[in-house]
Amino acid sequence: MEHIRSHVLICSGTGCVSSGSKKVHAALQEKLAQKGLDKEVKLVETGCHGFCEMGPLVIVYPEGVFYVRVQEEDVTDIVENHLYKGRIVERLLYKEPISLEKVPNYSDIPFYKKQMRMVLANCGHIDPEAIEEYIALDGYQALGQVLSEMKPEEVIEEVKKAGLRGRGGGGFPTGLKWGFTRSAPGDKKYVVCNADEGDPGAFMDRSVLEGDPHRVIEGMAVCGYAIGADEGYIYVRAEYPLAIKRLKIAIKQAMEIGLLGENILGSGFNFKVKIKEGAGAFVCGEETALLASIEGKRGMPRPRPPFPAVSGLWGKPTNINNVETFANVPQIITKGSEWYAAIGTEGSKGTKVFALTGRINHTGLAEVPMGITMREIIYEIGGGIPNGKKFKAVQIGGPSGGCLPEQLLDLPVDYDSLIKVGAMMGSGGLVVMDETTCMVDLAKFFLTFTQSESCGKCTPCREGTKRMLEILTRITEGQGRVGDIELLETMARNIKATALCGLGQTAPNPVLSTLKYFRHEYEAHINDKKCPAGACAKLAGYNITDLCKGCSLCKKACPVDAITGVVKSQHEIDQTKCIKCGTCLTKCPFKAIIKG
Amino acid sequence: MSNQCKCNCGGKSNAFTQLDEILSKYQNTKGALIPVLQEAQSAYGYLAREVVDYIAEKMNIPVSQIYGVVTFYSQFHLNPRGKNIIRVCQGTACHVRGAKAILKAVEDNLKIAAGETTSDLNFTLETVACLGACGLAPVMMVNDDTHGRLTPEGITEILDKYR
Ligand SMILES: Cc1cc2nc3c(=O)[nH]c(=O)nc-3n(C[C@H](O)[C@H](O)[C@H](O)COP(=O)(O)O)c2cc1C
Ligand code: FES
Repeated sequence: MEHIRSHVLICSGTGCVSSGSKKVHAALQEKLAQKGLDKEVKLVETGCHGFCEMGPLVIVYPEGVFYVRVQEEDVTDIVENHLYKGRIVERLLYKEPISLEKVPNYSDIPFYKKQMRMVLANCGHIDPEAIEEYIALDGYQALGQVLSEMKPEEVIEEVKKAGLRGRGGGGFPTGLKWGFTRSAPGDKKYVVCNADEGDPGAFMDRSVLEGDPHRVIEGMAVCGYAIGADEGYIYVRAEYPLAIKRLKIAIKQAMEIGLLGENILGSGFNFKVKIKEGAGAFVCGEETALLASIEGKRGMPRPRPPFPAVSGLWGKPTNINNVETFANVPQIITKGSEWYAAIGTEGSKGTKVFALTGRINHTGLAEVPMGITMREIIYEIGGGIPNGKKFKAVQIGGPSGGCLPEQLLDLPVDYDSLIKVGAMMGSGGLVVMDETTCMVDLAKFFLTFTQSESCGKCTPCREGTKRMLEILTRITEGQGRVGDIELLETMARNIKATALCGLGQTAPNPVLSTLKYFRHEYEAHINDKKCPAGACAKLAGYNITDLCKGCSLCKKACPVDAITGVVKSQHEIDQTKCIKCGTCLTKCPFKAIIKG
Repeated sequence: MSNQCKCNCGGKSNAFTQLDEILSKYQNTKGALIPVLQEAQSAYGYLAREVVDYIAEKMNIPVSQIYGVVTFYSQFHLNPRGKNIIRVCQGTACHVRGAKAILKAVEDNLKIAAGETTSDLNFTLETVACLGACGLAPVMMVNDDTHGRLTPEGITEILDKYR
């Protein structure tokens, strides 16, 4: 029998793959074989570790040494020095950005230290394509436990007591929803997992599906038992090919060893899971639209009630939950609702996975207990703002959410406190913005998104978002009028009150919240025709200062010949010709061109 | 309706054999229209009028209804597409890290606008709202490869790999 003395984990999540982890894997394989180490060192391709910024990531066990930004060229060093001679390759270790100290061990890195990885516990540590690895870490124990020891009602009671709330955005109590579906009349019921993850800037569901697919399937099976369903669907966006592949493998493996299928573990409970690929429509994340899409129709929302719990897929009672919601379920069963309910705040229990993106040092996924402050997430886990820039705001909850300014950074993050300040948890996407982001442009960006994703069924959303977008566009182009702000506010209130589904009802939120905290930026655009962040191209003016050495690089680069001047003397920009593309600014070697 | 194919196979393949296979696979599946369209599109590259008509006939669904579905979802295409599909992310995370400049660089390189296909049918350029690789923003996908941490200057090098 072969004796494995070392495991080398290579992240093969989407982030690391695009930074080149496949090549690193191939190179490692080749090098190990060459050195004759391939029998004692096992390579494992894992899911996402969440620290995408530093990818490709390679971890060597048993030492737990964490190598970052590993490239093909580095493989020789890792194999010859670390795996062969037992010497750590210092230059590939993670460096603490402030003290510049090297941190060899995974758990000591600040990015991970503050986290509480429960849903993501296995992500990056197991091979997601091997069911044995999930089982070895207590996987499918919850399913075994409910089937052998618990009545369906008891399962629902346990989830209720744990205080689990939906992670898909709304935060509806999960146990309550399960209870509704269980008590709805009918003998055919469905479980649906919402893996549409449409919120741009969120990728936690993707990482869970790619890194630990069995956890989600187990959660669905427990739900199926609790509500009395024998069939489940996972609706995954087509943009996630790797997640789809891993789910297919996981379902097949679970069927083969009888953890899905007929008469699971001899209990008489049947449950099978199917995958439905989305076809590219944000609104299909809304539950009634999602069901219509599974049925093969246009994914348009319909008024509720009836709620899917009563009349869902093909008119049958259907329980829909988000990926992360299902992924929380197994541990609630195995560790108990009391343990779970002790984590988090009064109204929001457990952990939440946040996707840290934008102008932040450590982009990636961070799982933290509910109630932690935004400051801790952004500065201690996220490592603050890069390039010495100043924090301006963080957008939470995607196109339906809102932004939080500096003065709200100490707010504990949970469902209810976010609603109070005009934002929402949403999917947990956190997009950090610095002083170079224009808040009016950001609001315009979100409305462009919701407007193009509006399904067109109801008038307030179809027409209203379009009109609001027109107003925002003219403001950012220097054509804003007095009264535009008030008009935006009125329209926002009307759309919120009258739109058919969550898409329209929340579409004005980014406008309202930027108006609430950054009204002065709107005013500067409208009254002074200025963009304080210097982001709105039509409002930016470029000027050449006396730092100019007359090298004429800008003149050559200007696409519209707006720059004049002779060599070795100060050049000038003709403002009537300038199209404000900013090319000259990037080309100037003397920082002589200023924007403003 | 004639089953004569109008694609560039030169009449070698007997009309819709592949489509027939797809249709028979989903014969008894509920809600099969979208998966059938997805597979038909991946077999033929896009959903030609003849393909849609044929699916309508075989599945007994009005053509108008199929068009309703096809035009609703951004994934479906009624016109031929390039050999390489470029999808430049314009999602939030990419937006704040300069996705607009990336799109412009790609447009300038290919000399087409988003939504268009190059005349040699080598590239189709599209925008998407988030590819789920936000940690590496700005991001684009060429076919199934994700390219992250893009800069406008680096675009040519990436695109040249697909030429
Ligand atoms: C426009 C719109 C988009 C949505 N997108 C998603 C999504 O991508 N993923 C998700 O889980 N829920 C999404 N939701 C919420 C779902 O409608 C539904 O509330 C959720 O899947 C319920 O699961 P939960 O209780 O576990 O959160 C969206 C809602 C709206 C209105
Ligand atoms: S916003 Fe571009 S990949 Fe998510």
